Amino acid sequence: MQLTGAQALIKSLEQMGVDTIFGLPGGAILPVYDPLIDSSIRHILVRHEQGAGHMAEGYALATGRPGVAMVTSGPGATNIVTPIANAHMDSTPLVVITGQVPTANIGTDAFQECDITGITMGITKHNFLVTSADEIPRAVAAAFYIATTGRPGPVLIDVPKDVTQATMQWWWPETVEEYDLPGYHPQSSIDDAGAAAAAELIAQAQRPVLYVGGGVLKSRASAQLLAFAERTQIPVVTTLMARGAFPDSHPLHLGMPGMHGMYSAVTAMQQSDLLITLGARFDDRVTGKLDGFAPNAKIIHVDIDSAEFNKIRRADVALRGQIDEALTAIDAKVINVGDYAGWWREIKGWQEKHPLAYDPQEENVALRPQAIIEAIATRSAPGTIVTSGVGQHQMWAAQHWKYEEPGTWINSGGAGTMGFGVPAAVGAKVGRPDRTVWCIDGDGCFQMTAQELVTARAEGIPIKVAILNNAYLGMVRQWQEMFYDERYSEVYLSPDLPDYVKWAEAMGCVGLRARTMDEAIAAIDQANQINDVPVVIDFRTDASEKVFPMVPSGATNDEIVVHPSQRGN
Amino acid sequence: MAVPEPFTGTTVTSPVRHHILSVLVENKAGVLARIAGLFARRGFNIYSLAVAPADDSQRFSRITIVVDAQSAPLEQIRGQLNKLINVVDIKDLAPREALERELLLATVSVDETTRPAVLEAVAQANASIVDVNEGAVTLMLAGTPTACDALERRLEGFTHVELHRTGRVALPRLSAVPTKN
Repeated sequence: MQLTGAQALIKSLEQMGVDTIFGLPGGAILPVYDPLIDSSIRHILVRHEQGAGHMAEGYALATGRPGVAMVTSGPGATNIVTPIANAHMDSTPLVVITGQVPTANIGTDAFQECDITGITMGITKHNFLVTSADEIPRAVAAAFYIATTGRPGPVLIDVPKDVTQATMQWWWPETVEEYDLPGYHPQSSIDDAGAAAAAELIAQAQRPVLYVGGGVLKSRASAQLLAFAERTQIPVVTTLMARGAFPDSHPLHLGMPGMHGMYSAVTAMQQSDLLITLGARFDDRVTGKLDGFAPNAKIIHVDIDSAEFNKIRRADVALRGQIDEALTAIDAKVINVGDYAGWWREIKGWQEKHPLAYDPQEENVALRPQAIIEAIATRSAPGTIVTSGVGQHQMWAAQHWKYEEPGTWINSGGAGTMGFGVPAAVGAKVGRPDRTVWCIDGDGCFQMTAQELVTARAEGIPIKVAILNNAYLGMVRQWQEMFYDERYSEVYLSPDLPDYVKWAEAMGCVGLRARTMDEAIAAIDQANQINDVPVVIDFRTDASEKVFPMVPSGATNDEIVVHPSQRGN
Repeated sequence: MAVPEPFTGTTVTSPVRHHILSVLVENKAGVLARIAGLFARRGFNIYSLAVAPADDSQRFSRITIVVDAQSAPLEQIRGQLNKLINVVDIKDLAPREALERELLLATVSVDETTRPAVLEAVAQANASIVDVNEGAVTLMLAGTPTACDALERRLEGFTHVELHRTGRVALPRLSAVPTKN
């Protein structure tokens, strides 16, 4: 069968089971958009290429399947660099296809030329410049294989226009050997001696903590984690990337650790004598000042990526492999565990003294953002997926929403990409149309990528967006208040400019506004009843509200600052 | 005349603790950029680098990298390198386990009075003369990094026109059992 390179590219994506591409056409990728008309693949036409990338991420994080985005060369490609970097930091499987100028023009500063494989070398797991149409099936198959195996990540395929216009004899690589990846060996098996050594450390520990990271979600190990935690009664913390990996309602769960973590989670890690680290990487937002982090803890470190071992914190036992397999292997070796009654008494004491707190909502004052999040959580269907941007609203959404299952919390963790929330919600809803999808957003973030609500309306993707509108770049404002003597520099945004309700309506969405709790509840209920178009609610929130607890930057986790109402406890 | 090799991991021109990574890579466009970019963004220092095809098929290349093992833990450098899809194999050699060689080429200005001294330096270093004209000689030494250091130091007393070194290549010593490969 003779195909053009463009036909081969679309057919290869179909072979990989792709059902959705998020993209935007342009000159160099034009040939590929022609066979797309005849394909079973749904294409979501975005309004900015950054939206395509974040949608693909949202899709991947909601479904566990790789997200696919397609854009043109030059500015199309550079506009998707931020999502690629974001996916790289959060180990999200993406396949990004970029058009490129014809092979003969590469290196001549041709119109819309840029060296996107060079630009993305450090922020992709791998990238390919395809130089012949015959190579397209192999490149696509290899890209999906690399993106989804081992530690997942983004893979970029750059395809020059003459390559997609050329003809080739269709073939398909049926085996991994045909992918021609002599240096890539993602397979792993758990080292038996390592599992035994881990079990030995667990047997000796008096104050263990299960430090659960995003890798637990990536390796779909939640069931094994639940079984292991329940059998051993070891307390669990879930990082920002792992929210949903362990039910928030479970009594063994202490919540999120880190800079804005629960007091009990942060302090349990500090006081621990053994951190059983599962798919986590000792990020600076979790450890605080490294010298003072969990000073008496031994470390078991389980990860699929052995380069994480000893990168930040030396491991006493390092175990490379999938988390589910590792937990099963360790579980089989753990015969006795300690008596953690005393450890739990201490933890319960911290939980009672320093629960998550905010000032109660009073009549006739600006809305408390935490109260809004809790109201949305209690008034939305179970299994609702939450996405967020980056900043205060993200931390409140991570703290105050109770996540009960994997894939229900989607955010930008490592990169901290403002504007992630709206397009990620669109992608999540495309991947999981059966679920309600709420984007908890800030007013600053919303303004960065709101145009994708046009996409959502045009494509019939009814997401719901809660703007916690405090008229500020709130997290920066909080730092300026606390650490820069209340000298506010370039953080004020105005609550009324833009008019979010009119803007939502102009984009074909339902726009609502709430200034009081009664209005808020009415708006939330109305939004939850609308299932045909996107809804945006402009919640007018209190700008002075801050995220607590907080470990100040550069401080150790022992110096955690609790909510003002708990100081002196 | 063999010059004893140092066992400290340092030489005169590389007073840091170095380590040798012999990296087998796919011979594809951009692979060297991937490796150089990785070292740059992770803050690993390269002391020297030598690249050549590793086999007749042209499918693989061998990159010998002398790294500054004080800039980052060797385990990290290896671990991050290993994540590059085009990296097929990494052997690391501690200096005491490695047979290291390097090529030095130098063109030195000579006149009637300095020529004998230059020739004596060449003879003592086991170097050879590969080109001459009335005012200069070009000499070559294939030897240990230490021998190259010594010759370079000795030539400092003369008027250099140009001196180039290749960076080292290395293989495990037959008499030593590598600790890791």
